[in-house]
Amino acid sequence: MSNANVTAPIPRNIATREATWVRWLLIAITLVFLTAFLFVPLLSVFVEALRNGVDAYWEALKEPDALSAIKLTVLVAVIAVPLNLVFGLAAAWAIAKFEFRGKSLLITLIDLPFSVSPVIAGLVYVLLFGLQGWMGPWLAEHDIQLIFAVPGLVLATLFVTFPFIARELIPLMQEQGKEEEEAAVSLGASGWQTFWHVTLPNVKWGLLYGVILCNARAMGEFGAVSVVSGHIRGFTNTMPLHVEVLYNEYNFVAAFAVASLLALLALVTLIAKTWVEWHTQRERSAAH
Amino acid sequence: MIKKHSILPGFGPALGFTIFYLSLVVLIPLSALFLKSATLGWEQFWATVTAPRVLASYKLSFGTALIAALINAVFGLLVAWVLVRYNFIGKRVVDALVDLPFALPTAVAGIALTAIYADNGWIGQYLAAQGIKVAYTPLGIVVALTFIGLPFVVRTVQPVLADLDREVEEAAASLGATRWQTISRVIFPTIMPALLTGFALAFARAVGEYGSVIFIAGNMPMVSEIAPLLIITKLEQFQYAEATAIAVVMLIASFILLLAINLLQWWSRRRLA
Repeated sequence: MSNANVTAPIPRNIATREATWVRWLLIAITLVFLTAFLFVPLLSVFVEALRNGVDAYWEALKEPDALSAIKLTVLVAVIAVPLNLVFGLAAAWAIAKFEFRGKSLLITLIDLPFSVSPVIAGLVYVLLFGLQGWMGPWLAEHDIQLIFAVPGLVLATLFVTFPFIARELIPLMQEQGKEEEEAAVSLGASGWQTFWHVTLPNVKWGLLYGVILCNARAMGEFGAVSVVSGHIRGFTNTMPLHVEVLYNEYNFVAAFAVASLLALLALVTLIAKTWVEWHTQRERSAAH
Repeated sequence: MIKKHSILPGFGPALGFTIFYLSLVVLIPLSALFLKSATLGWEQFWATVTAPRVLASYKLSFGTALIAALINAVFGLLVAWVLVRYNFIGKRVVDALVDLPFALPTAVAGIALTAIYADNGWIGQYLAAQGIKVAYTPLGIVVALTFIGLPFVVRTVQPVLADLDREVEEAAASLGATRWQTISRVIFPTIMPALLTGFALAFARAVGEYGSVIFIAGNMPMVSEIAPLLIITKLEQFQYAEATAIAVVMLIASFILLLAINLLQWWSRRRLA
C-alpha cells in the first residue's frame, strides 16, 4: 500500500477506482437485489412458520406424517451420501493420480447429472423399474417394488447427487499432485496405508465440503423423488414432498414449519461451508 | 484406456469401480430413456413433441430460463464486482448467503417466493398496486429461475475478478484511459468467458428446474406450464411414451448446453493461461 502511494497516488484514486457515489450506488443496487431475491424469501419461511405461534409450529412438526417424512429423508441421505462418497474417492483417485486416455470424457460424464432435469432423473428409473418399465414385469413377478417405494427414492437421489463429492475432490487432488503418495509408496507403504495416511488427510476439508453439499441436495431434492415417490403419505413422502402435500392442502403454517427445518439445514450447510473455506485458506497460508 | 507407468497402486480397481458405478447410476438409466423413445416411431415422436401444448411448454421453459439467465448475468456480475472490489458492513455474511439457492431445497424456495410475490405478499402487494402480477404468471417463473441461477454467475465470475491483475488497470489509467474505458476494454474482455460460462450454467439449470417453479407458476396449460411439469402430467396419465419423447428433446438440449459449457470453460482457461 505505502509503495503504491509513493509511485502514483493521483491516478490510483481517479482512474483505477470508481467515484464514491458510483460505488455506493452499486452496493445499494446489489443489496436491494439480494434482499428481494434471497434475504426476504429466507426470512419469510420462518415468519410464515411461526405465524400462529410456537405451539402451532411444534404441533406441525410432531405430527406423525411429519415425523415419518423426517425419518425417511434422513434414511435416504444416510444411504445415498456414503455411496456417492465411495464413488467420489475412487473417481478422484483414478483421475487425479493417473494419466489415461478418455479422461476428459469421463469427467464430462461425471458432470452429466448436473445438466439433466431432476424430473428426467426420476423418469428414467420409472422407465426401468416401473410396472410398465423394462424390468417391471420381472420385478412384479418376484414381488419386488422399487418405484413408489424407498429404493426408488434412494436411486433418484443417487442420480441427482452423483457428481457433488467427485466434483470437489478431483480438482483438489489434481492440484496436490502425486509426489507425496509416490514418496510413501517408495518408502514401503501399502496402497491403503498411503491412501489413509497421506491422501485422505490432504483432502479432508474438500471431502467434508463435498459431503455437506451432497447431503444438502440429498435431503432437499424434490423433482426427482417426486416422480418416483407416488406420494404415499407417511410412507414415501420425504420432507420436501411433505411440504408440497401440506401446501396443496392449504395447510400453510404446517407446510412452512416443515420447510423451516429444511431452511435451517440450508443455513447449517452455508455455515459449515464458510467454516471449511476458512480452514482451507488458513492451511494454505500456513503452508506458504 | 491405457495407463502410463506409475508406481501408485489401485488404478484398475478405482477406474473399474468408477465406470461401473457411473454406468449403473447414470449411463444405463439415461440410455433407457433413448431406447424407450425409439420404440415410439419417428412419426409418433414428432407428433408428440410438436403438439401445441408441448411446444408452448418448451417455449415457456426455454424463454423464461433465458430471461432469468440474462438477469443473472447482469446482476450476478454486479454482485461479484461489489463483493470483490468494495467493502461494506456485513459483506462476509452477504458473500456466504449468495450460495443460499444451492443449499435451500427448491420446494422451500418455491413456497417462500410464492408467499412473497403473491398479490397479498410482502413484495407482491406493492407490485400488484402498480398492476404487476408476479405469482401465478410467467413472470413468477422468471423470479423463481432467477433465484435458482444466481450463484452460478456470481461464483464463476468472482474468482476471475479476484485474480485480475490490478497493475493492468493502473497501466491503462496511466496511459490516459478513463475509468469506464478501463472497465469496458480491459476488465470486461478478461472476465467475458467466465461470465458466459456462468450464464450458460444458470440457463442449463433453469431449463430443467421443477421444484421452485411449480408453486409460483400457476401451471395453466399453454400459458404457465413448464416442460418438466408436462412430463409429470403425462406420467400421471400413464402416457409413458409421450413423457419420454418430451424428455428426450429436453435431454438433447441439455447435452448441447453441456457441450457449450465445456467449450466455454476450455476457452476461458486458454484466455487466462
